[in-house]
Amino acid sequence: MAEYTKPLPEITPESRPFWQGCKRHQFLVQRCRACGARQHYPRGVCASCWSQDLEWLPSSGRATVYSFTVTHRTQARGFRDELPYVLAWVELEEGVQVLTNLVGCDPATLAIGMPVRVTFEDVNADVSIPRFTPA
Amino acid sequence: MRSAVIAGVYEFPERTTTRSVLEIQALSARAALADAGLAPKDVNGYFTVGTNPGVGPLATVDYLNLHPTYIDGTTIGGSSFVAHVNHAAAAIAEGRCRVALITYGSTARSSGIAVGTRERIAGEYVDQFEGLYGISTVGLYALVAQRHMHVFGTTSAQLAEIAVACRRHAGLNPVALYREPITVDDVVKSPMISSPLHLLDCCVITDGGGAVVVVHPDLARDLRTPPVRLLASAEAIAHTSAGHRDYLVSAAAETGPRAFAEAGVTHDDIDTAMIYDSFTITVLMTLEDLGFCKKGEGGRFVEGGRLQLGGALPINTDGGGLSSNHPGMRGIFLVVEAVKQLRGECGDRQVKDCRVALVHGTGGTLGTRHSGATLILGRA
Repeated sequence: MAEYTKPLPEITPESRPFWQGCKRHQFLVQRCRACGARQHYPRGVCASCWSQDLEWLPSSGRATVYSFTVTHRTQARGFRDELPYVLAWVELEEGVQVLTNLVGCDPATLAIGMPVRVTFEDVNADVSIPRFTPA
Repeated sequence: MRSAVIAGVYEFPERTTTRSVLEIQALSARAALADAGLAPKDVNGYFTVGTNPGVGPLATVDYLNLHPTYIDGTTIGGSSFVAHVNHAAAAIAEGRCRVALITYGSTARSSGIAVGTRERIAGEYVDQFEGLYGISTVGLYALVAQRHMHVFGTTSAQLAEIAVACRRHAGLNPVALYREPITVDDVVKSPMISSPLHLLDCCVITDGGGAVVVVHPDLARDLRTPPVRLLASAEAIAHTSAGHRDYLVSAAAETGPRAFAEAGVTHDDIDTAMIYDSFTITVLMTLEDLGFCKKGEGGRFVEGGRLQLGGALPINTDGGGLSSNHPGMRGIFLVVEAVKQLRGECGDRQVKDCRVALVHGTGGTLGTRHSGATLILGRA
């Protein structure tokens, strides 16, 4: 396997369940048991009511493209060697937006609103990176 | 109206310099105080960003040998210095200081910092969710531009009108970085950086700096220049909202209504507007969200030279970040240029009978989290 030169996540105790989910190829979404709000990115408190009583739900991994940009010039590690690439916001069926890359597609065919699904790149023993690809 | 006035301003004119970040600020502070007719010993409030350099105010206060009774290192991106004016006015009204000095300096260009395309990772918690995907400043604004086009039918040619207006104004500013006129065609045919934003949709990278002096109105009668009144100021942060955000609404939608209500003026009263132009889309979104036109109508609003001198709403008369200077955080220049316009000091680029000016700074990125800070300023 080629060396992975893009940035890796610095996993913290509050985010570890999310990254463990990615390892199992599940994209987890947090839900607050106190108020029912769902959130992404995951964090130690509910962003709506600041309760700490959060649970992790497996998402369907299905989403639609909220917006995207085809990047032709960047200094970002790993990406500057793979131009062009696609940065995107997608919206999961569970109702939260996720910043990600769109992969496995011709950038010219992309459109806002198109259906996509999560895919994982197994980078090392601890990390699988979620990205999205046309459904 | 706030009980504070802007008494002195200065923009460091060099676009590439051998001077240090601290020296740029010292020269700017000296010139802004001289502009006001005040001396370094008069300063008792000090404001700068926390990254400027190191721990921010500590380094500059030490270098300038100041002894402020009020210190503020608010760091919310490029709008920081606009927010500093708001904070200085509050501190003056509260009696915490009488002469507030705001300074900025940067050597982004001579240090070779690719402000727009470098990896945008700040050592924050969210890096582990966002920093993995090749994010850059331009990319995170491009996401908003793409969606604006999709939802409202905005075109690249319409965004280009903003760059053309700024360039025309830069041609009237002897110290602007780029002064040759450009056309809409030049912009839309310039290299794509991050779709749909082209090279000429993006601000320049320069060195630079400046200073602003805000004082108690009681001091105004002794000033060298007519003081500029602070009619209103407002600030806000718009963010990812835990994954439930409408990215087509910026922080200006919060600050605009508050600022107009406080100033008691209408949009028709604004003679010129200095709108942070990191990218063309930043200006379009800001104009909509401040209420100069309806949401979604920004594309048509900016057509036909409306934003150029002689048009209904001339913006960024110095050439803005798109053509004059952008050292990374250019909010201070918005204030400097607005004050010069209100004093009638802008020469070839002077807005006729300029009585009321609006300033809006945007810091951070529209595509994740950003700050907005609005000022409405009036001629004495």
